[in-house]
Amino acid sequence: MGQIELKQVSKSFGTVEVIRPLDLSIEEGEFVVFVGPSGCGKSTLLRLIAGLEDVTSGAVLIDGEDATGTAPAKRGLAMVFQSYALYPHMSVRKNIAFPLRMAKLDKNEQDRRVEEAARVLNLGDYLDRRPGQLSGGQRQRVAIGRAIVREPAAFLFDEPLSNLDAALRVGMRLEISELHKRLRTTMIYVTHDQVEAMTMADKIVVLQAGVIEQVGSPLELYQRPRNLFVAGFIGSPRMNLIEGPEAAKYDAHTIGIRPEHIEISESQGSWKGTVGLSEHLGADTFFHVQCAVSPTPITVRAPGEMILKYGAEVHLTPRTQYLHRFDSEGLRKNEPS
Amino acid sequence: MATKASRSAARLMISPAVILLLGWMLIPLGMTLYFSFLRYNLIIPGNHPFVGWENYHWFVTDPSFNAAMINTLLLVGGVLLITVLGGIGFALLLDQPMWGQGVIRIMVIAPFFVMPTVSALVWKNMFMNPVNGFFGHIAHGLGLPPIDFFSQIPLLSIVLIVSWQWLPFATLILFTALQSLDQEQLEAAEMDGARFGSRFAFIVLPHLARAITVVILIQTIFLLSIFAEILVTTNGGPGTATTNLTYLIYVSSLLQYDVGMGSAGGVIAIILANIVAIFLMRMIGKNLDA
Repeated sequence: MGQIELKQVSKSFGTVEVIRPLDLSIEEGEFVVFVGPSGCGKSTLLRLIAGLEDVTSGAVLIDGEDATGTAPAKRGLAMVFQSYALYPHMSVRKNIAFPLRMAKLDKNEQDRRVEEAARVLNLGDYLDRRPGQLSGGQRQRVAIGRAIVREPAAFLFDEPLSNLDAALRVGMRLEISELHKRLRTTMIYVTHDQVEAMTMADKIVVLQAGVIEQVGSPLELYQRPRNLFVAGFIGSPRMNLIEGPEAAKYDAHTIGIRPEHIEISESQGSWKGTVGLSEHLGADTFFHVQCAVSPTPITVRAPGEMILKYGAEVHLTPRTQYLHRFDSEGLRKNEPS
Repeated sequence: MATKASRSAARLMISPAVILLLGWMLIPLGMTLYFSFLRYNLIIPGNHPFVGWENYHWFVTDPSFNAAMINTLLLVGGVLLITVLGGIGFALLLDQPMWGQGVIRIMVIAPFFVMPTVSALVWKNMFMNPVNGFFGHIAHGLGLPPIDFFSQIPLLSIVLIVSWQWLPFATLILFTALQSLDQEQLEAAEMDGARFGSRFAFIVLPHLARAITVVILIQTIFLLSIFAEILVTTNGGPGTATTNLTYLIYVSSLLQYDVGMGSAGGVIAIILANIVAIFLMRMIGKNLDA
């Protein structure tokens, strides 16, 4: 249970094509993250899988069966919404039990499953409260609880952490990952935050303007981005992208080098530049260095103890084995042999 | 308004308005109370002796009083039932995407802007008249005997007219409430396997509870004092079939020129309205918290 396949699925709202025909297969038990900038169609794609939107063309297969015309409730998927979408007039217990009540499950079985979900999510003390009396993190857990009790084939998460503050987000991120390890159920997770994508996913699907740019494991995407968009989107701070004569030296239209793959030295190196702003994060320091090879400053990651004055003259040396080369179409070129 | 000085200045500034409003309310109330204890009939000249509870006694033991009480309850209850149920139905319909939404929404609100006297006359002469009325024509076309609304079903006819006037109000309030419902909640319920009926019962209706409370409270206050519709259609008749409390007070004070009796009726109406208000607040007012 929990294998999902999209075949030539597309979606248009009026004349606007939000999702261009795409294929995607999600294996049983995988944690798949859809990531992309706002408006790239990732939420729409999730809603197509959920059945909350009808596909314009193509087919959605769940466990090998065509579910394109199946009602959302019959697809065996559970969704956690961005706004949590808890029912405000029901207690936490009733919220979690709602899908079971709709399925007309035996009352004892309902209680058993709610208790079980509450135990897993540490909600035991809050079962008789209303959603309005809970904090953001607790509401999030109730929403997950409501999804768990259904024992769905797959969980769908629509930007579930975007309403939480930064500290809570890190905590919930771990909890959801932990939950996935324990339940081993397929999870599809939509986010615009590439840190969430990198840390949680088994497989990342990068979307832009309704097109899948690349599908792969986090490290695959990080180490071998298929095109300029993925190269720029995955990784924080962003990969440095350099065009022009310097790129031509490597037989490419654009070269990319990640901040951690550049050596910085005050005495010698290939690219001469002046230090602009520096960001001290403690463990690392990011220097923004203005070089002749690039109109935009090049970001360099250096150890946290390194201190350089604003305006100091430095030399940068890219580690060429980590260089990414892209052609004029923005597509990746094979590694130099 | 933070400092003591500015607070007392503020009190001073608003005092004229407060005093005016208080006087506006208290003077008529005081006069009504005062008159209700006098024997004061405009067609009996002479002085107006104090008679204690006599006016109240006669007003309450008048056989039309019982009829008026029952009619008032039926009128309020009937209109509430029709407008709340109909309002929910209309609100659900208006919430659907459709062509010409803006115009249709305005048209639905329109009856509320028609003056009660006018709408009652239109209903009386153009719809419910057994000879010239629209319903009469339909009945005639079907070969049925036309219904003479105001003599056969007088109270129901008035309930229908008043419902027609108040349905837009209920629809408007319920429709705005419906629009504030989070769509994600409905989608979540749909994912949870709730069909349309369950979604309505478990998500939409609880969401509307507060708006329904508001509709019931506000309408009750206005419906207790329905008058113009009765005056221009049935004059309270036949007999006392459509006499409500307001109309009975009108009959006492302006048709029988009995100021004392009318005032006593007025005081009873005030007390009744307050009992109803407290009762309603107790019963459904808890929906207004939170």
